[in-house]
Amino acid sequence: MSEKNKYEFSEETMNVASSIIRRYPEEKKKSALIPLLHLAQAEFDGWLSPGAMDYVASLLELQPIEVYEVASFYSMFNLKPVGKCVIEVCRTSSCWLMGAEDVIKHIERRLNIHAGETTSDGMFTLKTVECLGSCGTAPMLQCGGDFYENLTLEKVDQLLDTMKTQNRRRVYTQDDKIELA
Amino acid sequence: MGKKLLIDKVDIPGIETLEVYRRNGGYKALDKALKTLKPEQIVEEVKTSGLRGRGGAGFPTGMKWSFLAKPEGVARYVVCNADESEPGTFKDRYLMERIPHLLIEGMIISAYALGAKTSYIYIRGEYFYLYRILEKAIREAYDSGLLGKNIMNSGFDCDLYMHIGAGAYICGEETALLESLEGKRGNPRIKPPFPAVAGLYGCPTVVNNVETIAAVVPIVQMGGAEYAQIGIGKSTGTKLISASGHINKPGVYEVEMGLPVEEFIFSDEYCGGMKNGKKLKAVVAGGSSVPILPAELILKTASGEPRLMSYESLADGGFATGTMLGSGGFIVMDEDTSIVKNLWNFTRFYHHESCGQCSPCREGTGWMEKILHKILHGEGSLKDIDLLWDIQSKIDGKTICPLGDAASWPVASAIRHFRHEFEEYVRNGSRIKDIKHYYRLNNLPAPAYA
Repeated sequence: MSEKNKYEFSEETMNVASSIIRRYPEEKKKSALIPLLHLAQAEFDGWLSPGAMDYVASLLELQPIEVYEVASFYSMFNLKPVGKCVIEVCRTSSCWLMGAEDVIKHIERRLNIHAGETTSDGMFTLKTVECLGSCGTAPMLQCGGDFYENLTLEKVDQLLDTMKTQNRRRVYTQDDKIELA
Repeated sequence: MGKKLLIDKVDIPGIETLEVYRRNGGYKALDKALKTLKPEQIVEEVKTSGLRGRGGAGFPTGMKWSFLAKPEGVARYVVCNADESEPGTFKDRYLMERIPHLLIEGMIISAYALGAKTSYIYIRGEYFYLYRILEKAIREAYDSGLLGKNIMNSGFDCDLYMHIGAGAYICGEETALLESLEGKRGNPRIKPPFPAVAGLYGCPTVVNNVETIAAVVPIVQMGGAEYAQIGIGKSTGTKLISASGHINKPGVYEVEMGLPVEEFIFSDEYCGGMKNGKKLKAVVAGGSSVPILPAELILKTASGEPRLMSYESLADGGFATGTMLGSGGFIVMDEDTSIVKNLWNFTRFYHHESCGQCSPCREGTGWMEKILHKILHGEGSLKDIDLLWDIQSKIDGKTICPLGDAASWPVASAIRHFRHEFEEYVRNGSRIKDIKHYYRLNNLPAPAYA
């Protein structure tokens, strides 16, 4: 990928983006901003750099600031580089009641990082997040677009091992779920 | 066995596909609506049914619909609120995952009743896998002539699109949702004007929760009057309850309004009793925002009547001894649960999710989190409990949107019913601490007292 077109959607992504833009009235293209930021984050290494945001601004004919202020409001947009697998553990009430703290501590120890940090090999980022609607199957974590529920520490280990072996980026826009024994 | 209207068919294999859904009576209500009912008749049926908003506020849906302005030549919109993020609530997720066409059928009927040519389902970003399920179902509906031009040869045109959010609890508030749908930050709007007059793109708009829209399908099918027979008093029909916490069978249950809370918690048909034979300590009955009640008040009202699953019974006694049905996020806590720690967990949530627009909420939620944290770790004083009470009272009712209220009610109710526990933490909290871990988790510099 040359520097010149570093921030340019592939033809396939551009088709998806165009079909999303068509969902809104002609003069209300800005509505497509959040869906397009998801596409950009998935395509450009899992995070939104200023360059990636400027590119989305140009697609929607917006001022860059209109994109920055939105990207910084929503918790799913990463404004700093992240690991290939962003592990998001729910920490809110029901998950907490069912042992989310143990899950978080366990992952911190295993990966030797604290929540909010990325492993030195760039494989994992650990985040704690608020309620993901998995309260009946707590504790849980999300990675990419997939939910992993009714977690035990064994399941967490198995998940991290598999992700490490597969060594690929996981993004929200894809279904890439790992089957656990 | 209570009546089920929404999720009675979820266990049929393949019900997520259009073919199986139709074979099991799916889209018959739409057929009936388009062929035999005028739009205003459907609005009347929904009014008669007594259906109330299932997202949390419980506002009568028929009334909300009848407020919709209808100026000539201006587009109208129906928007489904699938931004389910109230802690303890996962019923919409269950419904959309298991029987997506029920929501789509409800959306088309609602759009027809309200004269909307374009409708959107706003789904929270974290539910990306559901976005895919619904996109697929919508595609099936288009391919079979249930969406698009001239639906079922009725002359009615309707487009339905998915819209994905990106992680913000506040976007469950209807005007914040509309801001977000317009591609902006999710800051709630000042009302009036209400969305019914100036909503999406300044046009008249109805925003309804997933479960509310889905309930329109059985209402059209059986008629509003028959629906109103189900349930109890002004709480008509059924409600999806998301049960979680220390119970044997967490999950989503459809209950007929009026079911005794005691039966819901302890019968094998529902939650199956307390996990590990522990005692019931407290319940948050309608999502994290509603007042927490101790065991004796959730099972029976202050006047000794059995507490029922209904808007009125749960609210019996006001906030002094009652709570709210809310979104139906039913969180059960056993005798070993720390009410103070759970409250800190909730308050951290509201602090994190405050949009920052109104000072009482932006500042107050942060202060409450800090004070709770201090109390939790044995550094608090009895005065801090009063301070906490004071702060919550200065948020409640003083913000643009209900997030401020939602942040204050759990604090007020926890102090009201469990003050002794806060005092216990003031006296002995230092023995219960793991404070450094908290700071690491939150990426904060540890203060001097840590």
